[in-house]
Amino acid sequence: MKTYIPNKFIVERDPERCIRCQVCVNQCSFDSHYYDAEDDEVRSREENCVGCHRCVLFCPTGALTIRRSPLDYRENYNWSSEVIEDIIKQAETGGMLLTGMGNDKSQRIYWDHLLLNASQVTNPSIDPLREPMELITYLGRKPDCVEVDLRCVLGTELAPQVKLDVPVMFAAMSYGAVSLNVQESLARAATEIGTLWNTGEGGLHPSLYKYGNNTIVQVASGRFGVDAEYMDAGRVVEIKIGQGAKPGIGGHLPGEKVSADVSRTRMIPQGTDALSPAPQHDIYSIEDLSQLIYALKEATNYTKPISVKIAAVHNAAAIGSGMVRAGADIIVLDGLRGATGAAPKIIRDNVGIPIEMALASLDTRLRQEGIRNLASIVVSGGIRNSGDVAKAIALGADAVYIGTAALIALGCTVCQQCHTGKCAWGICTTDLALTKRVNPDIGARRLANLLRGWSLELKDILGGMGINALESLRGNRLHLRGVGLTDTELGILGVRMVGD
Amino acid sequence: MKDIRQINNPYNDDKVIDACSIFGMMDTTGGRFSGEAIIRAIANMHVRGNGLGGGFAIYGLYPEYADLYALHIMYLSRQGQQETEAFLRDRFYLVLDEEVPTRPTPAIVNPPLVWRYFVRVDQHKPANQSEDDYVVNRVMEINTRLSDSFVFSSGKDMGVFKGVGYPEEIAEYFGLEEYEGYLWTAHGRFPTNTPGWWGGAHPFSILDWTVVHNGEISSYGINRRYLEQFGYQCTMQTDTEVIAYAVDLLIRKHNLSIEIAANILAPPFWAEIERRPPEEQKLLRTLRQTYGSLLLNGPFTIIIAHRGEMIGLTDRIRLRPLTVGVKGDMLYLSSEESAIRLVCPELDRAWSPMGGEPIVGILGQPFEPRRTIREMIVDAN
Repeated sequence: MKTYIPNKFIVERDPERCIRCQVCVNQCSFDSHYYDAEDDEVRSREENCVGCHRCVLFCPTGALTIRRSPLDYRENYNWSSEVIEDIIKQAETGGMLLTGMGNDKSQRIYWDHLLLNASQVTNPSIDPLREPMELITYLGRKPDCVEVDLRCVLGTELAPQVKLDVPVMFAAMSYGAVSLNVQESLARAATEIGTLWNTGEGGLHPSLYKYGNNTIVQVASGRFGVDAEYMDAGRVVEIKIGQGAKPGIGGHLPGEKVSADVSRTRMIPQGTDALSPAPQHDIYSIEDLSQLIYALKEATNYTKPISVKIAAVHNAAAIGSGMVRAGADIIVLDGLRGATGAAPKIIRDNVGIPIEMALASLDTRLRQEGIRNLASIVVSGGIRNSGDVAKAIALGADAVYIGTAALIALGCTVCQQCHTGKCAWGICTTDLALTKRVNPDIGARRLANLLRGWSLELKDILGGMGINALESLRGNRLHLRGVGLTDTELGILGVRMVGD
Repeated sequence: MKDIRQINNPYNDDKVIDACSIFGMMDTTGGRFSGEAIIRAIANMHVRGNGLGGGFAIYGLYPEYADLYALHIMYLSRQGQQETEAFLRDRFYLVLDEEVPTRPTPAIVNPPLVWRYFVRVDQHKPANQSEDDYVVNRVMEINTRLSDSFVFSSGKDMGVFKGVGYPEEIAEYFGLEEYEGYLWTAHGRFPTNTPGWWGGAHPFSILDWTVVHNGEISSYGINRRYLEQFGYQCTMQTDTEVIAYAVDLLIRKHNLSIEIAANILAPPFWAEIERRPPEEQKLLRTLRQTYGSLLLNGPFTIIIAHRGEMIGLTDRIRLRPLTVGVKGDMLYLSSEESAIRLVCPELDRAWSPMGGEPIVGILGQPFEPRRTIREMIVDAN
């Protein structure tokens, strides 16, 4: 069947500059470039180009330019080119449309409608270059009060706490979805910076056990790679109920990605599909969740906080409250823009709610119920920079997860081809020829640099507000103002209008 | 429309911001003295205020009624007074009521009516509630629900006098040189975002706790939200109110000592905590992990007082001034040393304490530097 899908990109090759070295041919995992030996010329298959810019960056003579194809349909708000082409794809394949990364649609990004405060005159701003500025955060359950007797003897033993030097962690990305080199980069950067990375539901590769103290080990619906040793290795155990990119949907790692190494780590036969059911089949209600939480606490001898991750859905605040009461020490909300290695496009783009709203209403709800101290709140899904982090913390988050931002640090250009397994940057693939493109030495350095940069910026933001500890910003919504928001939106965010 | 001279924070800003002069003096033997010296001392720091608020707290004020709650209430209308007095008769046993004597003072314009009531709780409270909690709840009720009435003092054997004016003018209006007490604190106010409301002047008070405060708490938003979880309603929208409630929660409800409370309100830096010996480290870490939302961040100096105790504290990087003076059994705390020297030129000692280090005067004990948490832990072992 002839496809009616037009090319998305134009590959321009400057013949004056091209030296026919074929670097582009070797770099492109989508076969967009090929060498014609007869004519001694490099040519393009533009229909294959995904716009990932791998070839542009690696062309030694700068001969390549990738541009969007100017082929435009007649203007139509309802029938945009994306809508038209999705229909064409389904007419040609008869399948569900799959995609990667997070929701790329135009729903309101509330971070961009929130503005931060700073000190002027009545209190001094603090210069983080000259004064201490504290970002240290402890995740875990906190009691209502502490008992100390008159001799200063402490009578209260806290539940397990996990220290973060920077309130930014690496989100769950499983081995299989991303490569081992990516996971090693994340693990080493987390260890160097003093934060945590997350295994996702693919188990923990034996070579990464040594980073266990900076690792969150996930227990998801497929229970891949879960055994006693795995849980002992981690610093936190996270029960994954759902994720922002595909709330209510399970996962499917195709058999061809289940290599020998992935098979060993996931504890499933090589070459078999790894199917994660949509629900956890031992959790059909909140009391079932409580049983799993306490089963994991028992299994780890009450030495690790138990985290529960859900997608931010309409009732996230009420569900979160139930999860705290069920015994969760950390609540993770993954918002509308949370990303994925593969998800049905219709789910990714239409299910869930923005993380800013889910966070604000959960924090408010837990405070109204007097149980905010019983669990830490971690949010994820589209956090792009330290400004977003500061705003999330001011809305009430204890820490954030970053996934896409971390992958961008490793080279990702958000071309949204994760589900193809052909990632030219060697990130979201298990093809050994591609995975070696991420060098863990360099990857760890790039990731650590990113978090170092964000910490410096967070300290500047705090200092400007005249506060020198992150806990004084946490939940302090008076340091936020909204711009261009309705009264209802401001009300849910608990934030006042700029100028008010 | 509400008269903006008669409410706090008329523009509904995030919080009322003010800077000021503060002064405290205490005879640790319990000897009562008149307000003459503290009025001169606070007047000496006239330029630190702007005439939009002044006030005093006096302990050992009503020895003849020492067992009764002394409620100082300001009224904006007779109707408010009638309503509130009916409420008081219904909720308390009323021993004595009288108008607080005042004298015409040119600088004091449009003052509210100020009355005081000496009351007992008796059988009015539910069996499972303490008398103090009962009084706190009734005070909150009057201040939030009843119109034109505001309780600004509710402790035993103590009282607050405050209003709009320079502190020396407030003292003249209430004739404070006539009163005697063993512990006095005073405040001269420079609000930046309120035209000045009588109830908004310092000291702030709940039961026999009072706070005078110089500074701005930049962590106000979260301090307030944290306290709301414990049932405190921050009706005044001032950071000083937040300090008063934080101290009440930590010391009265959670039974923590002043050293521990100081380590919560102005804790050491994490790096400093990690340099301490293991046991102290664990204590300080646990406190900060649990009470991080009560860290008072931003510049402040406070003088907190309650029965038999006066406490001076600055923020942990000391962004606002505090000077301590000691002369025999007298302990002085002040924004400026000059004010202490004015009323007591020959001090035994005068110094500025470290940021976050509490200075505590206790009735019946000559002043001496408090033992640190480390020393106490060593002793306990």
